[in-house]
Amino acid sequence: MTTSLASEPSTPPDVQESRSLELASYGDRVFRWLLTLGALFIPVLLGFLVYELWQGSRLAIGEFGLSFVTTSTWDPVAEEFGALPLIFGTLISATIALVIAVPLSLGVAIYLSEFAPKSVRQPVAFLISLLAAIPSVVYGLWGIFVLIPLLRTTAFPFLRDAFAFLPLFQGPIYGPSMFSAGIILAIMVMPYIMSVSREVLLAVPDSQREAALGLGATRWEAVITAVLPYARSGIAGAVILGLGRALGETMAVTMVIGNRHEIAASLFAPGYTMAAAIANEFSEAVGDMHLSALAYVAFLLFVVTVLVNAGARLLIWRVARGSGIGSKAL
Amino acid sequence: MSATVRPKTSFVTTPRATLAPRPPAVSPSERGTPAVDIRGFSFAYGDRQVLRNLEFSIERTAVTAIIGPSGCGKSTFLRSINRLNDLIPGTRHQGDILVEGRSVYAPGTDLVALRQRVGMVFQRPNPFPKSVFDNVAYGPRLNRLVSRRDLPDLVERCLRQAALWDEVKDRLEEPATGLSGGQQQRLCIARTLGNQPELLLMDEPCSALDPIATQRVEELIFELKRDYTIVIVTHNMQQAARVSDFTGFFDRGELVEFDDTERIFTSPAHERTEAYITGRFG
Ligand SMILES: Nc1ncnc2c1ncn2[C@@H]1O[C@H](COP(=O)(O)OP(=O)(O)O)[C@@H](O)[C@H]1O
Ligand SMILES: [Mg+2]
Repeated sequence: MTTSLASEPSTPPDVQESRSLELASYGDRVFRWLLTLGALFIPVLLGFLVYELWQGSRLAIGEFGLSFVTTSTWDPVAEEFGALPLIFGTLISATIALVIAVPLSLGVAIYLSEFAPKSVRQPVAFLISLLAAIPSVVYGLWGIFVLIPLLRTTAFPFLRDAFAFLPLFQGPIYGPSMFSAGIILAIMVMPYIMSVSREVLLAVPDSQREAALGLGATRWEAVITAVLPYARSGIAGAVILGLGRALGETMAVTMVIGNRHEIAASLFAPGYTMAAAIANEFSEAVGDMHLSALAYVAFLLFVVTVLVNAGARLLIWRVARGSGIGSKAL
Repeated sequence: MSATVRPKTSFVTTPRATLAPRPPAVSPSERGTPAVDIRGFSFAYGDRQVLRNLEFSIERTAVTAIIGPSGCGKSTFLRSINRLNDLIPGTRHQGDILVEGRSVYAPGTDLVALRQRVGMVFQRPNPFPKSVFDNVAYGPRLNRLVSRRDLPDLVERCLRQAALWDEVKDRLEEPATGLSGGQQQRLCIARTLGNQPELLLMDEPCSALDPIATQRVEELIFELKRDYTIVIVTHNMQQAARVSDFTGFFDRGELVEFDDTERIFTSPAHERTEAYITGRFG
């Protein structure tokens, strides 16, 4: 364009160029608007969701108020509802799941990213991501037919004998229980925590490993003192992802938890979670109050999820910020 | 020979030999032997022969520069001295390297002790995302070199030696990643000094730094050579001429020439050396 000959008219290409630029900037504007609309859609949808839940639960909120979250009666016939056991069950089952899943997943992720032979890494990572694709009802069935009989005959009696002094492991063993639900949840969230933390560990630059090894660290020490600290916020993100899954999981939990509106000290006792109760009772709910109570539970599930996630994030933010400071690593 | 199995794969709590802080001064009896003795050393990544029958010695408390075109095996050579190449599967070697008279490749060599004695500074500054203090204290803590009480003194001494103390003394608890690139590289040098090494390996330590930071690191190298034996790989001819006492020219994995730096840069014995330092190839 710069080498135009004197005999050629030099204006047409310029005009064309400016017009196409204008067109492009018009396209830019449209594109930006589309994107903005798309981005706005999310908060709007969220607001609508909260509003709907609020509307649906107004009857129950008016009737029970905040005592809904502090009482434990759940009697559709007498139309008396309290969601404490559901909140308790949701939090406890998710906690059990994380306590089991986090160390295991981290161990596998560390093995795969740091120690496994090349030929093992890809296939195992692929199998793990396959685990995440199994529908939860399949996990539930497997829980009923394989896991629960196994736990009832082996692990539960062993725990009860070994830790007889702990109220956690006392009382009759039915099979369907808070503990079974926690284990199923652990198995279900493990693929997520594993594959995300594996990705995070793979993203740790080799220069960090070399720095540690070059200073005389063994490979284990390099992992513990250099790789994991470098990856800590990413790993925390993986755990939060798993936590979110555990809090909201419905089908598999309801199949193995025993579905009883009760708070028990023993993990062998049946329990219930918010998600499971909603799924189970919604289709059979008769009275308006029962329906409204379930909507209230859904609203609370939303609140609990947001609170737990925010809390976890705050904690991580603190940790990630704090551990760069203070000379107490190792 | 395949990748050597590391003799120690145990967990953090393994007891280590507690080394008393080593006075940098060298006893007269040691003066006779070279700091590093490379004896017929060859190295290959799988089928790819990278170092061929290297045979030379590196003098104590002096700076030895390794120069040569890209890919000629300079980094591989440095990483052979502290056996960082062991991590790569399928490597092979022949011959041996002696550091302060002790074999690096003898069976049963304690890699942890070796890497504590032979410090390495990398091409890009790679501080840990920990505090400045924790970076320097990393090696001494790992290798249990000093008591907790003496740690702050050691950290200060290393930071002073690395000419960084004045810049960071008020921000020891702040993350090292907040320092400038040049400061980070000097911190990495301080971190290496924290291990009280006998030998410092530097792999193009200034290639990621701006000219002013480069100058500071060069001055630092000049200071450090009073107490330490330094081997530096550099792409920068002027740098080699400025900081080093001896220079080795590598080409395609062979040591073409090794001599006083002044001799190499004024009257090299080999045509290839001359061609390289005058910029006709490489
Ligand atoms: N991990 C490795 N695996 C296989 N070949 C390698 C590896 N690292 C380096 N090499 C090869 O070895 C040769 C020397 O590399 P290097 O020592 O890094 O050279 P320099 O530092 O002199 O530029 C290069 O040809 C490079 O391709
Ligand atoms: Mg190199």
